[in-house]
Amino acid sequence: MMRGNNILGILFANVHEEKIRELTEKRTMGSVPFGGRYRLIDFPLSNLVNSGINKVGVVTKGNYQSLMDHLGSGKAWDLSRKSSGLFMLPPFGHESLVNNSRIESLESIMRFLTNSQEEYVVLSDCDVICNIDYRDVMVTHMKNQADITVVYRYGKLPKMISNPSVYTIDPDGRVRDMVINPRQSGECNFGMSMLLMRRDLLIQMVTECVSRNLYNFKRDFLQRNIEKYRIYTYEFTGFAQNICSMNSYFEANMALMLPKVRSQLFDSNRPIFTKVRDNMPARYGLGANVSNSLVADGCVIEGSVENCVLFRGVKVDKGSKLENCVIMQDSEIGPNCKLNYVVIDKDVVIKNDRSLMGFQSYPVFISKGSVV
Amino acid sequence: MPKQEVVAMLLAGGQGSRLGVLTKNLAKPAVPYGGKYRIIDFPLSNCVNSGIESVGVLTQYQPLLLNEYIGSGQPWDLDSMNAGVRVLPPYQRSRKSDWYKGTANAIYQNINFIERYNPDYVVVLSGDHIYKMDYSKMVAFHKENDAACTIAVIEVPMEEASRFGILNTNEDGSIYQFDEKPKVPKSNKASMGIYVFTWSKLRKYLEEDEANPKSSNDFGKDVLPAMLNAGERMFAYPFQGYWKDVGTIESLWESNMDLLNPNVDLDLSEESWKIYSRNPVMPPHYVAKDAKVQNSLVAEGCNVYGEIDFAVLFAGVYIAPGAQVKDSIIMPGARIEENAIVQYAIVAENAVIGKGSVVGARPEDIENKDEWGVAVVGSGCVLAPGTTVPPKAMIDAETLAEEGSK
Repeated sequence: MMRGNNILGILFANVHEEKIRELTEKRTMGSVPFGGRYRLIDFPLSNLVNSGINKVGVVTKGNYQSLMDHLGSGKAWDLSRKSSGLFMLPPFGHESLVNNSRIESLESIMRFLTNSQEEYVVLSDCDVICNIDYRDVMVTHMKNQADITVVYRYGKLPKMISNPSVYTIDPDGRVRDMVINPRQSGECNFGMSMLLMRRDLLIQMVTECVSRNLYNFKRDFLQRNIEKYRIYTYEFTGFAQNICSMNSYFEANMALMLPKVRSQLFDSNRPIFTKVRDNMPARYGLGANVSNSLVADGCVIEGSVENCVLFRGVKVDKGSKLENCVIMQDSEIGPNCKLNYVVIDKDVVIKNDRSLMGFQSYPVFISKGSVV
Repeated sequence: MPKQEVVAMLLAGGQGSRLGVLTKNLAKPAVPYGGKYRIIDFPLSNCVNSGIESVGVLTQYQPLLLNEYIGSGQPWDLDSMNAGVRVLPPYQRSRKSDWYKGTANAIYQNINFIERYNPDYVVVLSGDHIYKMDYSKMVAFHKENDAACTIAVIEVPMEEASRFGILNTNEDGSIYQFDEKPKVPKSNKASMGIYVFTWSKLRKYLEEDEANPKSSNDFGKDVLPAMLNAGERMFAYPFQGYWKDVGTIESLWESNMDLLNPNVDLDLSEESWKIYSRNPVMPPHYVAKDAKVQNSLVAEGCNVYGEIDFAVLFAGVYIAPGAQVKDSIIMPGARIEENAIVQYAIVAENAVIGKGSVVGARPEDIENKDEWGVAVVGSGCVLAPGTTVPPKAMIDAETLAEEGSK
């Protein structure tokens, strides 16, 4: 019915980075580590690949060294292909301004868009963790004979979320009204920053916006066109978490302890791919005491760990006690430390007998490469 | 084809019958090891880390999974343009086609493959050993001695020497005698089954061996003695470090347990000598609230709700609440259901140990020590709840199904 290779994927790697400044100081939103072995971009990228899409452009505008390092040739996502595969789309050097709006970003990749052969385009951000099958979105799109299909969730707006789009939807699923960043507390239909449309329509609409000097994607691209185009919706009902604050980042990691969340997010028919590291399996020593935790390859655990996410290559020495922590790759916790509600970035060394305490609503953050 | 100074030939065709049900549908080099590896990862990674870019893998017995596993060789970086890993099964030719009759014959049948690289040296490896070794140092030793053949040796305790192929050497390291499993060993230098040959010499002896109808076409029995008798320069290359033949159930089990022993010199996390493998695409493993995990290796995708101690869990293993796994190896995708007890056992891929089953036993709980051994549950076996598998037993899925239908 539909061929995956008839859809082009476009991912925006730099989005809302101001929301988690600590983690994005030296990286893009897409390359923020998550869930013990992933980077945020692994989720949208794997979703595209698992939906049969094999051409993906990754739009970046800055800070993208870690992103390039992570994605490499795209081999780990099966995107190292001859005619399609992974395309990194950094800004051109001669552009005096870096692209500040989504419309500008799309304009800057116009050649990539016009040179592609695919009939449809999926656009997605990198700050929502979920496992979505775009083939289902496509079915809805075709059934509704829509011009644009936006993906939304129903529920309370996540706290701190950046400029959410809230839709009023008629019984047929068509968007009748759209408000941006409303002050509301109840449940609503809010956008997940994913949409599907024809490629030629995207090119046409971007060109129109630029010619009228309209550069706000949500307002000028979508909101203004509700009457003009058939904008329909697809409701996503699985597990999803927006990463829009240190708190939501912490909570999203902790949510992985729930079997239901893991089975939805890591569906074995739609696995989440990531860069291979060739670590040995995690090693537990004598006296290790671990409960309700997610532990990645290459960890060496000799202490006590409770409600924690440990990334690849983390070491926890004897006598240390970790509770409610997220420890990123290759960080080392020395002997006899006490850590509670701490988020530790990569390559950090916590020396012996240190004590660090945060609070559930305000985890302590230790930045990359620090020595405590 | 550009010249390669060294080509490695990996003998991976043997059945490995001493591994019983584990190699029923699987070539020995493809047997899982150490939580995420297969045995063949060790020689392949050693090759890459030693700078050897051309590797021929000689397959014959049950090659499907092994072929699939090796694939393009990409996980080991052995997918370069002009070199890389090549799987070499026996093939039909215009005259005299045959299976690989012996280790030497397997290499003989692939002389054309080796010649394409025009190598100076050929390294012959086997697919059933766990060790980390820099072959380039051995090749350098071979060159220094201007040898025709160099054999890697490891010193074993004198009292165990009679279990090995022993090499007797002169003071300069040159070999004057092979002693296969000697009753009264003269030395404790055991052959590791790793050979470096000067290719022109090896080629000559392979051709002569093939022409001899009485030969069993084996390196150890025929080719090496022939070279020694002809007075070729043959040297023993001393190796220090961890090396273990994992050709039996006991040694495979022991070698896995060695990974859990901090006093054993086998570190698979060494950055400068990584052991590469095909990585499973799974989330990190989860250890539940009431789980107990100590002295163990746990791979990605596992869910541990029960208790494990001295266990090696491969990717995607499930340990149910109340289940106990001790001194055991649980291979990819296996499930240990509630309150089952698994001790001193190997549970192969995708097997299911039903609720309350008991597999294996501790040696101290068995009166007659001859009855004790590691219990093995073959791949895909589904044990009904309450099943008892005695120590030393070997269960395979087909016999289990037959018994079930009676």
